[in-house]
Amino acid sequence: MSKLTDLTIASALTGLENKDFTAVELAQAHIDAMAEQSNLNAFITETPDIALKQAEASDKRRASGDAGALDGIPLAIKDLFCTNGVQTTAGSHILEGFIPQYESTVTQKLFDDGAVMLGKTNLDEFAMGSSNTTSYYGNVINPWKRDGDDTDLTPGGSSGGSAAAVAAKICMGATGTDTGGSIRQPASFCGITGIKPTYGRCSRWGTVAFASSLDQAGTFARTVEDNALLLRSMSGHDPKDSTSANKDVPDFLAALTGDIKGKVIGIPKEYRVDGMPEEISALWQRGIKWLESAGATTIEVSLPHTHYALATYYVIAPAEASSNLARYDGVRFGHRAKEDDLTDMYEITRAEGFGDEVKRRIMIGTYALSSGYYDAYYIKAQKVRRLISQDFLSAFEKCDALLTPTAPSAAFAIGENEDDPIKMYLNDVFTVPASLAGLPGISIPAGVDSQGLPLGLQVIGRPWDEETVLKVAGVVENLAQFTYVPQTVKKAAA
Amino acid sequence: MAQMVQGETGDWEIVIGMEIHAQISVESKLFSGASTTFGAAPNTQVSLVDAAMPGMLPVLNEKCVEQAVRTGLGLGSKINTYSVFARKNYFYPDLPQGYQISQFEDPIVGKGEIEIDLPDGSVKNIGITRLHLEQDAGKSVHDQHPKKTYVDLNRSGCALMEIVSEPDISSPEEATAYLSKIRMILRYLETCDGNMDEGSMRADVNISVRKLGGELGTRAEIKNVNSLKAVQQCIEFEARRQVDLIEDGQAVVQETRLWDPVKLETRSMRSKEEAHDYRYFPDPDLLPLTFEQSWVDEIKQTLPELPDQKKHRFMNDFSLSRYDAGVLIAERSRADYYEDVAQGRDAKLAANWVINELLGILRKNDKTLEESPISAEQLGELIALISDDTISGKIAKDVFAEMFTSGKNAATIVDEKGLKQVTDTSAIEAIVDEVLAENPDNVEAYKGGKDKLFGFFVGQVMKKSQGKANPGAVNKLLKEKLSS
Repeated sequence: MSKLTDLTIASALTGLENKDFTAVELAQAHIDAMAEQSNLNAFITETPDIALKQAEASDKRRASGDAGALDGIPLAIKDLFCTNGVQTTAGSHILEGFIPQYESTVTQKLFDDGAVMLGKTNLDEFAMGSSNTTSYYGNVINPWKRDGDDTDLTPGGSSGGSAAAVAAKICMGATGTDTGGSIRQPASFCGITGIKPTYGRCSRWGTVAFASSLDQAGTFARTVEDNALLLRSMSGHDPKDSTSANKDVPDFLAALTGDIKGKVIGIPKEYRVDGMPEEISALWQRGIKWLESAGATTIEVSLPHTHYALATYYVIAPAEASSNLARYDGVRFGHRAKEDDLTDMYEITRAEGFGDEVKRRIMIGTYALSSGYYDAYYIKAQKVRRLISQDFLSAFEKCDALLTPTAPSAAFAIGENEDDPIKMYLNDVFTVPASLAGLPGISIPAGVDSQGLPLGLQVIGRPWDEETVLKVAGVVENLAQFTYVPQTVKKAAA
Repeated sequence: MAQMVQGETGDWEIVIGMEIHAQISVESKLFSGASTTFGAAPNTQVSLVDAAMPGMLPVLNEKCVEQAVRTGLGLGSKINTYSVFARKNYFYPDLPQGYQISQFEDPIVGKGEIEIDLPDGSVKNIGITRLHLEQDAGKSVHDQHPKKTYVDLNRSGCALMEIVSEPDISSPEEATAYLSKIRMILRYLETCDGNMDEGSMRADVNISVRKLGGELGTRAEIKNVNSLKAVQQCIEFEARRQVDLIEDGQAVVQETRLWDPVKLETRSMRSKEEAHDYRYFPDPDLLPLTFEQSWVDEIKQTLPELPDQKKHRFMNDFSLSRYDAGVLIAERSRADYYEDVAQGRDAKLAANWVINELLGILRKNDKTLEESPISAEQLGELIALISDDTISGKIAKDVFAEMFTSGKNAATIVDEKGLKQVTDTSAIEAIVDEVLAENPDNVEAYKGGKDKLFGFFVGQVMKKSQGKANPGAVNKLLKEKLSS
């Protein structure tokens, strides 16, 4: 038998059911992996005791025939989801030591289905970043290395800890959140699969807010099927979130038929951006061929306002963030500077509590909402956002899903792009448009570049059509036969 | 009834607009399930949402929406079936989210108009600009510790309606009449209890002055105006202050000022330059609020008769004066009481008794109508006894006083004390004869032209009858006998 940490969620569920191993054994194997690879800094808070306790309970449930859909599966939880009794930091100093007395809807649903929590994963501060370098708790290291080069690479962001932990086989799956690409880009950088469902599919209740109109929870796992399993548990209407959709959750697993005959896949021409590495263009072409070989038709479509997506995103997301982060004022919870004067207390608390990228976005957002600038920035951005959504809806009149690259590059070295925020923001050029339109998107590892680093392809679907997204992704996964393993994992195995 | 402020350079007109914050009568908060009971121990009515814990989200309380629609209908205003919640951003310790969820560009209620009655009997229409829904803040308590401020979040997130008037108000009397009228309408609708001393109704007053018919002046916004008296006083003070400033060659500054109810003055809180930029934007946690017109129509069906409708009905159906009708409709319970008294009886007489006797004695005894020992039915019986000549109006007052202390029915008191009016002419005639026989000199004098003595004879007869003789019969008999 292979190592327990090599299993997929689906096969582990079978193994548990067949009594090949217990949930406690499964949890312990992953706790050991977490300890072995602590150098990746994937976790802000490790919770092995909770994991073992949950695993014991899981074994009891299974013994009495009450096992849930994810019973005994060890997961990592992005440290943006509030977890009852477990520190939740959002990667920020300002929330250091904050222990929620409530459980986010998403994690509650996972636990209700029997999932086991290994810990809370590292992330860019308040999910603002594409490299996991803005975390107050230090950057995460990507388990992948360039061939013959020991340079530490970024796992992408903001859900870099979750992506790295899944890639490094510390956990079987993980939660993430995606505001402009924070699931799909790190999935691509870490050679795993990650899906952001339609905005409103998963409840935002109990998830620390970055940009409310864009934030959406999603999943990471090593297969499309495992993502479907996790997403099925996490999704569903929540009366506590007014933006959560009152829609039935389809059986995502049932969508994985592999049959895409007759499907029309759109290839958006505006995604052929200048300076895109040849390897990524080639991979994209390969993806098109795979889908055609499976019986789909591909057509070129146009999303004419794509060019404005990043600018639009970097007005709307910071504007919402500037308001969402006002509650971190030192009054009720989290860090507070010891100052007698109220204004001093506010200013110094927030100066000490927030990192540079968060401050930068609060300032951008505050500016964009200021009287005199509001119309020129915020209102304008909302109008463009509407046009971008319209682009997609028009395209979906001609096709069933879109295929694009996930990111314009493979994982870059930690420290790269740090001096140039704009360059950093370009990482999200392919993921941001779908976020603005609230569409479901998935990144599947489809190949490696010349240095052996994974590259992902993205499938974007119609609103509420995660089924087609998963189905198409399943075909890509099948044909890509991505079997590469990160060097750190290989080393650990050796 | 515009009131001018006399300055050295002539008369100045006051221009006033009001923003009334009315806490909605509802069991839970605008966006959370926490209770809204007044007077609970600090921070005991606070949900995770009210405390703005990370990841918490607002969920709109439908009952608050219904109350706002009711109020809008009661103010004769346009109901907007599409409205948007917006965030008003500013930092303060009693504002946990760092923003207040309010409505800015698209309020739930648009333009309307109400009628106010002025002390001189005239009527004026005041325009309503809008009504919007918003969250209340918590309370900062500064006086419990020399250096610290305590924060009580019980009020945080309670539902408010902000009712904004047009600048149609032009005197302190109009302003208080307007505020009273709004309070009256809200109480009729049961959408706000209107208790200003508990803070469930508060007003901000925008004041400017101008030369008669001239351009609008720069306005100051006066906050913390929390009683009818304060409205009157703050306008008087602020208008005078502005006139003096202008006549002194200075300019009025556009600013927010605070009313000090102890020193009876307004003072600057912050100027326009220091004014917050609230950075309003649509709250992305909430979808736009939409509902069907048919729902509005359903609510309209359930509205009670409103004060002005009632007033006009009292004037038309009961032939009451505008003033009397106005007094009776001031509170819904008072109007209901009056209608019960007047039911099948002399409506004008009933109005006199309710207004002059009942409200008078209640006031003297510091009792509310609800605490009245005399029920509407009992007062109605008393009036019936007057109308059918069982007792005279004068005796009725004694009976009324007895009813108030003992709670007994009028008929019982009349029986027990033998107060029944004597209408038997022969009995009265005997007394009249007696009086005339006892006062031959006065009879002589009267007949000699001293007409004023007639009253003396009436008084004597009434005295002998212990007030029970029917005054009409007494008059008639005396006249007959004295002219013979």
